[in-house]
Amino acid sequence: MSSAAIARPVRFSSLGPYMVAGIVVLFLGAFLLVPVLKVIQVAFQDPSSGSFTMVNFQDFFNSSLFRQSFFNSVYVSGMSVVFASAFALPLAYFTTRFNFSGSVIIQTLAFVPLIMPPFIGAVAMQLLFGSNGSVNLLMRDWFGFDIPFMEGLNGVIFVQSIHYFPFILINLSASLQNIDRSMEEAGQMLGSSGFRLFRRIVFPLAMPGYIAGASLVFVKVFDDLGTPLLLNVNTMLAPQAYLRISSIGISDPMGYVISCILIVFSVFAMWVAFLGMRGKDYSTTQKGGGGLSKRDLRSHEAILCYVVIFSILGIVLAPHLGLLLLSFGSVWSFSVLPDSFTTSHYGTAFTSAWTFIKNTLIYAGLAGVIDIVLGTAIAYVVMRTNVIGRKWLDYLAVSALAVPGVVLGIGYLRVFYGVNMPFTDQPMATWWGIIVIALAVRRLPYALRSCTAALQQVSPSLEEASENLGASKFRTVRRIVVPLMASGLVAGFVTSFSTAAVELSATIMLVSTENDAPLAYGLYLFMQSAAGRGPGAALGVMAVIIVGLATYLSHRMVDRARQQRSSMEQATGDVA
Amino acid sequence: MTTMQTSPVQIDIENLSLSFGNTEVLKGVNLAIRPGEFFAFLGPSGSGKSTLLRAIAGFGPTPKGQIKLDGQDIVGSVPWQRNVGMVFQSYALWPHMTVAKNVAFGLEERKVPASEIGPKVRAALELVGMGDYAERFPSQLSGGQQQRVALARTIVVEPRVLLLDEPLSNLDANLRVQMRQDLLKLQRRLGITTIFVTHDQEEANTICDRIAVMADGVVQQIGRPDEVYDNPANSFVAKFLGTANILEGEVVPSADGRSFDCGAGLRIPVSADEATGKARLVVRPESIEFGSDSTKDPLSGSVVSAEFLGGMVRYAVDVNGQELLVDERHTRGQKRMEKGKQVILKLDPAQAVLIRD
Repeated sequence: MSSAAIARPVRFSSLGPYMVAGIVVLFLGAFLLVPVLKVIQVAFQDPSSGSFTMVNFQDFFNSSLFRQSFFNSVYVSGMSVVFASAFALPLAYFTTRFNFSGSVIIQTLAFVPLIMPPFIGAVAMQLLFGSNGSVNLLMRDWFGFDIPFMEGLNGVIFVQSIHYFPFILINLSASLQNIDRSMEEAGQMLGSSGFRLFRRIVFPLAMPGYIAGASLVFVKVFDDLGTPLLLNVNTMLAPQAYLRISSIGISDPMGYVISCILIVFSVFAMWVAFLGMRGKDYSTTQKGGGGLSKRDLRSHEAILCYVVIFSILGIVLAPHLGLLLLSFGSVWSFSVLPDSFTTSHYGTAFTSAWTFIKNTLIYAGLAGVIDIVLGTAIAYVVMRTNVIGRKWLDYLAVSALAVPGVVLGIGYLRVFYGVNMPFTDQPMATWWGIIVIALAVRRLPYALRSCTAALQQVSPSLEEASENLGASKFRTVRRIVVPLMASGLVAGFVTSFSTAAVELSATIMLVSTENDAPLAYGLYLFMQSAAGRGPGAALGVMAVIIVGLATYLSHRMVDRARQQRSSMEQATGDVA
Repeated sequence: MTTMQTSPVQIDIENLSLSFGNTEVLKGVNLAIRPGEFFAFLGPSGSGKSTLLRAIAGFGPTPKGQIKLDGQDIVGSVPWQRNVGMVFQSYALWPHMTVAKNVAFGLEERKVPASEIGPKVRAALELVGMGDYAERFPSQLSGGQQQRVALARTIVVEPRVLLLDEPLSNLDANLRVQMRQDLLKLQRRLGITTIFVTHDQEEANTICDRIAVMADGVVQQIGRPDEVYDNPANSFVAKFLGTANILEGEVVPSADGRSFDCGAGLRIPVSADEATGKARLVVRPESIEFGSDSTKDPLSGSVVSAEFLGGMVRYAVDVNGQELLVDERHTRGQKRMEKGKQVILKLDPAQAVLIRD
């Protein structure tokens, strides 16, 4: 995270910043570093003697089930990137190259998949695209054959690429938009045009964004637990880790070996993204520049574009549509549409799932609060103090990105099972608070990004003015910095909250009783049985609405913060 | 490269108009640029000079009117078929290619045999003094070096015309002076018809054969820099090039022919063949001196303010309610005149220009 903070000699006589940094390090050490290191250690440990060994890895690769799972995970992730690219590329190209009224549709609707966790839509996708789903029933009727969209690994690839393609779309569009028009014009001036110009100039310049998006998709799919579980595909790494730990127990070394592999792949994907981006900040827009030139579409081209866009959006929004149908449908089996419609599932969902909803609001809310408190502290220490090693605080917090939820869950189980809570003597690993902590650690990198951005827009001279007028450091932070950061902090909270609300992979490992379970876990339980699908879908719709509203709010907040910043810059001429 | 002196191209721009949506940016531009000329489009921002340059390269909306290279109209043809070389204000070097790759790009697009590309790229880089930087990436170069590479990339394909869009605006002051001399030498060596867009009159004056002063999408005046400076066609040109006193008034008959009357008893003799009527008189501050004999020089006034400019002091003098700027050469130790001091002004009528706009 490159901080554009203005380097100023900071004169701290007190140890305050060190204490703040110390508390953050303690928290992250206990709830991120130690569990992950423990997982890695156990993977290399002989289960009986406790000595260092590679035998666990040998066992892993000697088992055909695990080899298959490993291969499947790599295959599914790779293919998901391919299909996600196929969805994202045309959309990104249309919006950045043409004056095209469909751009607004793309920009808004392309975010919709992200507000629904993929596993929620998975069941709906079975009903739409499964072997006896609506599409295949119609195809069999009309053409006499069907397509195994949802057979085994295909289903996982299909669901994941639909869900994660916005990562590629967003990153690719951003890089395309940042290309200075003169880059392209220079190529034209020298005799290049059309596809050749795109291949030699435009695409290479957009490559860093594409790689960033693609590696993110790869790693998200590689680590995801919920979708394969719900689609009943167990021969992948994350489900195998979960199944080993939940069926054999926390002493089985295979779960840890798989965790190590998940971490290695996550770190590798982040490294690839980093390499792709390093020294290649091609956003060169400057005076006399402006983004790529857009041209008007001829009417037949516009029609073609709309056809492509609506086919892609049709597929992409299918899970939402399916979920909605499922939540209102009484019986839906072996038919194109549900037999009849009812609202009773919502009633059932509300009465039987109220605990889940309540838990989710508490857990995600608390996690969001923890995240912005930690995020503000880290951002402040990194950007505004001279605490030795402060950059590492940032790295430590962001490294949570490379830790799959399953791994964190397993690490918590292993480390905190032996730790008992004061007063209740309950193992800490089964305490509901540990779910909150897991969510907070997992979402901290996102919240930290918001907090850093918010702090960047508070010029140090505003703080100095306050100190100059006699306010102490602490009072300055409280009275000047935090109020000015407020909208950014709210955005950070909302991001944490809404993504934590539908997180499954860490929570599924940590839920000890149904009373403590959040919505995502409840959904998972509902979706297991045919009778639970309707209420489950209703619950899913509610989750989508909650997350959608929260996302919308956070966008509004960020917009307002940006406006506030630009008006501040105008007023002070200060580009901090 | 150096043998490239193929016959340079004449550029004729006829009745060129161009709009962005409802905003008219060029309103009937007419220009003739001679073969091999180093020509400048000079004007403030928003005058349409960059738009005009881009129209010659084929960028932006298609204009109405004609742009002829050696008599052949190129309006409507696509940029990649014009063979018009342009150096962009931002240089627009591609960050994912080395310097050599950047320069080779145009040759590759022209399907020049691979065996010739290497030598041509080297020669072009040598020509701009960047021979040692072929394997660097643009991000590893300074602004001035990037500019030279951008120049090499453009001239290596031997374009018919060279267009320079504010090429010096991103360089620091010293480098700018150096670079404009280098540009001039290069242009003379290649003999290529060159158009230089700038808002900086000093740049245009120092290196260009002729300039076209532009404002509001129209060419205000064309000519050699000194001609335009001495004989501004209108008050915009007079003010945009250097500093000018512009006096409102009218030409009236007088005893010895004609004089310019700007009211309040201030009369300046002008050429006897000037028509009478409303006019403006342009007098450069350096054309007015302080005199001592009030019988010979009837203009007198009082000092309002003084600005020290280094080589000279610029006084504002109030003459019967009309403020005139007067430059006096500064010598070492010389004291400035106090505010309110009565002074006599010497104005050589031959140094004044009448304009009617």
